Amino acid sequence: MSTVPLQERTDRFQGYRGAAREALDRFQIGVWSEVELENDQGSRFTGVILPRSETCDDLHVVVKLFTGYNVGIRSDRIVSARETGYRKAVYKIPEKEFPRDPKKKNVTLLGTGGTIASRLDYRTGAVIPAFTPGELYGAVPELADIANLNTKKLFGVFSENMGPEQYKALAIAIGEEIEQGCDGIVVGHGTDTMSHTGAILSFMVQNSPVPIVLVGSQRSSDRPSSDAALNLMNAVRTAAECDIAEVMLCMFGPTSDNYDLLHRGTRCRKMHSSYRSTFRTIGATPLAMVSRHPWEDGSHFQYISDEFLRRDRSRKPVITPVFEEKVTIQYYYPNFNPDIIDALSGCGYRGMIIAGTGLGHVNKPLYPALKRAIQKGMTVAMSVQTLWGYAQMYVYDTGRDLLDLGIIPLDNMLPETAYMKLGWVLGQTDDPARIRAMMTTPINHEITPREPHNGYLILQGGLPEVDAFVQKHWK
Amino acid sequence: MMHRLDYAEAGLISGLEVHQQLLTKHKLFCRCPAGLYTETHDGEVLRHMRPTLSELGVYDGTALMEFKTRKEIVYLLNRANVCTYEMDDTPPFLVNPEAIDIAMELCLMMNMDLIDEVHIARKQYLDGSIPTGFQRTAIVGVNGWMPFRDRRLTVTHVSIEEDSCREVSDKGHRIIWRTDRLGMPLTETVTGPDLRSPEEVREAILLCGLVARSTGRVRIGLGASRQDVNVSVRGGSRVEIKGVPKAGYAVKLVHGEAVRQVNLLRFREELHRRGWRGAEDIRLQVSDVSDICAEADLGFLRRALQAGGRVCAVKVEGAAGLAQMPTQPDTTFLDELAGRIRVIACLDEAPIVLSLAQLPEFPQKHRIAERLRKRVRLGEQDDAFLVFGPEEDCRTAAEEIRLRFADATQGVPQETRQALAGGYTTFERILPGPDRMYPDTDSPPTKITEARMAEARARMRPAPWARLERYRSWRVPEETGHYLIRRGGAEILDAVVERTGVDGLVAAIEIGQRARALKRAGLPIQRLGVEAWVQVFDLFTDGLLPRECLGTVAARMAADGLDAAEAARAEGIALVPRERWSAELQALTMEGYLGERVDTPEKRLRFLAGKAMAQLKGRAPAAEVARYLKDRLEATR
Repeated sequence: MSTVPLQERTDRFQGYRGAAREALDRFQIGVWSEVELENDQGSRFTGVILPRSETCDDLHVVVKLFTGYNVGIRSDRIVSARETGYRKAVYKIPEKEFPRDPKKKNVTLLGTGGTIASRLDYRTGAVIPAFTPGELYGAVPELADIANLNTKKLFGVFSENMGPEQYKALAIAIGEEIEQGCDGIVVGHGTDTMSHTGAILSFMVQNSPVPIVLVGSQRSSDRPSSDAALNLMNAVRTAAECDIAEVMLCMFGPTSDNYDLLHRGTRCRKMHSSYRSTFRTIGATPLAMVSRHPWEDGSHFQYISDEFLRRDRSRKPVITPVFEEKVTIQYYYPNFNPDIIDALSGCGYRGMIIAGTGLGHVNKPLYPALKRAIQKGMTVAMSVQTLWGYAQMYVYDTGRDLLDLGIIPLDNMLPETAYMKLGWVLGQTDDPARIRAMMTTPINHEITPREPHNGYLILQGGLPEVDAFVQKHWK
Repeated sequence: MMHRLDYAEAGLISGLEVHQQLLTKHKLFCRCPAGLYTETHDGEVLRHMRPTLSELGVYDGTALMEFKTRKEIVYLLNRANVCTYEMDDTPPFLVNPEAIDIAMELCLMMNMDLIDEVHIARKQYLDGSIPTGFQRTAIVGVNGWMPFRDRRLTVTHVSIEEDSCREVSDKGHRIIWRTDRLGMPLTETVTGPDLRSPEEVREAILLCGLVARSTGRVRIGLGASRQDVNVSVRGGSRVEIKGVPKAGYAVKLVHGEAVRQVNLLRFREELHRRGWRGAEDIRLQVSDVSDICAEADLGFLRRALQAGGRVCAVKVEGAAGLAQMPTQPDTTFLDELAGRIRVIACLDEAPIVLSLAQLPEFPQKHRIAERLRKRVRLGEQDDAFLVFGPEEDCRTAAEEIRLRFADATQGVPQETRQALAGGYTTFERILPGPDRMYPDTDSPPTKITEARMAEARARMRPAPWARLERYRSWRVPEETGHYLIRRGGAEILDAVVERTGVDGLVAAIEIGQRARALKRAGLPIQRLGVEAWVQVFDLFTDGLLPRECLGTVAARMAADGLDAAEAARAEGIALVPRERWSAELQALTMEGYLGERVDTPEKRLRFLAGKAMAQLKGRAPAAEVARYLKDRLEATR
């Protein structure tokens, strides 16, 4: 047991304010003190003082009892408290050196944050990402059976804090790893904006010779039931062995611990706020299924599509890490006010993706504002908020009017993908003709000429045939 | 084998963990209905569990043990009673305030100190009984007590927690759970280690049940309350007997565990005598004996081999006779080995493990036993254990044999044991420690304000000991008092006595005993609430209903949904003035009296009273009729 003097403990009041902090001060205790504490009803509590979450009030002291339970004790009810020891928690996954096998493929795992590996943040009470190679191996030793793993922590941010800076750095890092000859790349990523990153990387990193696999988890790895370990194993396997050399997302297919789906970076979307199987390919089928245990044919992969770039070590990637930040995405709704468009234009926005209704529509009162914005040089492009299906603006008068205004129809490009692409295109040119050409020419299936009949599958629960299917194939 | 035990001499200490389902509309962390059980499913999910670190950076031993089992866990889902929360695909909603309120009332009844700010924690369970891999739980109150015998039974804490799945089957590496019960709110009442005999444990369980029932806000019926009993003896360890279904069962289970621990301590002495001090002293060799055992005509071995499994002999040097030493009454150390192998190696085909010294009868037994001994080079001092099944599981089993002997050199291992029919227990898991606790990052803490506490206090019903005290003063039989509190009649009784001023004993007998008889007769007695009984006793105290007809009227009310006056009319009950009924009884004679072997005035009176009451049918009070007849008989003598 450490005996750090009270005054030397820098985190003595971690998260505590006001009355609670005064109580810690008064009784000569602090965070990580082992205490015997008594309140005004003579109840005795023995345990460790925990840091206080900053979002909680300033009245209570939190004690982790030696039984393992946590309790909040009102500071003005404490009549005595005595420090009996000091035990600072070190939340650390046992770190082990990753074993290497020259016969196995080399995979690089780039860390951006997310909950593939995570630990508790006492400041906010939430889970924060943790990431070192040894930790990963300590947590998921099965990885060593799949490939040799190198890890690099690029940044440790939540998915919602990913942005142009990170996209560019990530693209460059991927380029370097490819240069150094790895057999595949895994990117650990929070799930909230994983498909956004999937889309932008599809544009920034083209012609990759090896798979680039984004992976995360929907249940953080501090839970026994987490999907993190299985996702990671499948992602590493994909990076090492899969034949698809594209930017993909590797996440649960069903909610059961069964197989992951490989979704194309440009065609994928998070469709549930919390389900494990949240990612769905939209307007197409997923590329493949990947399983920890081989299927009957002995392969870990079941390819669903055959339209993809194949692994080829001799191919040279093209890295274009650029992004124009003055781009927006606007979700149209009835009563959408034209002021919004004028304001965006006034603020110097150079590009706007509209997620229009139906086949790609907005209402007439918006026309003048759109016209003004386009004349001022803003690129306005149309995607559909139905997600499935094409913007077909020639079908109705509304659509034709919009085309006349100079709005670029984006066919079946997903709104978020369109946003990423426009930012990337505007980062390279301001020539309207070139912008239009680049936006409407698909780079990696962000626009597809044909939609397969089985691409549209929102399994509508409650229908007998769907329920029968779900029961047969796990959820 | 030792069956009797002086508990004081053995230093028996026991405490309870009583789990009680609460009567809420919804589950604890989602909006699914609570208490809706189904035996069918319309969805299945497959999951695995991995151990995670505690917030202090340690893995929990139980979690690691459960991880070793490599179980495939299947959940059966039914739309009627589970949503995406139970299947762990949606984070928890805010904790159900109704459940917290009930827990607060329970705490206050047991004189507890309520926690100022309730923090929800996760308690890891990797057996799959909860799909998240942990149970959400929070301490609500601490430092309480209940009057018990002539002392106090301390209540260490009360927590609120979500109920787990119901097990459907557990075969090999696949365990199947039904999720209907999952997430229902429970309270866990943990008593101090204050109990000193099996009988005290039984009484304490009954007392805890009585307290819970007294809130009027708990579920009753099969599985609605379950208790775990912690037992240790001097020099032994805390062992948790899990799932004691009824208070009465506790007596044999606690006794059995005490005997087991005393025997395990003797077992340790024997190991020390043989020079075994720790794991390093246990020498063990594993041999594949499938070829020899293929010739033994034993069904379980044949099945294992046909399924592609192996039979392994695990020789333990110097272990001769150890497996045959007693543990629980009528069981031996071999059962301790079998328990660990069954749970951790997932070898669950009986007899799980055999000692070479104790092979069952089968043709060629001696020849095969001889070959086995030769193969493993079994010395006089050694024993070998046969395990059978998938090869990897046999290896795990050998390791478990080593670990169980190693534990035995230290004494009694801390573990959770499952209560079985017949009063025996079997290994369930290593007793989890504080390292399996982790704060629930999905749930904010809940403040228990003084206003909320005052509301709970106002809602609170009398504690059972207060009620029993009052009933005793009314001379109500003890058993009737308990029944009234357990079944909710006490609430009615107290209200009726207060509102009608009726004698407490009379009301207690009617509401307690009579209502019980009506219920047994299948009448819908839920129709007999406070209002119904107030009507009945109003008629009684107004002198309009004789005491002996209270039950008849109540029965009619329950059967036909009538009010008391209607029911009395329907039964033809209405008191008439004394002149009227005494005039009717003038014609009453002893005709039909067959005489008795010894004729007495009492017998004659009884005969006459029977005739009289049949004729008057509720129009006169029985006591007065008896007095009238007695006077008449005495007058004619």
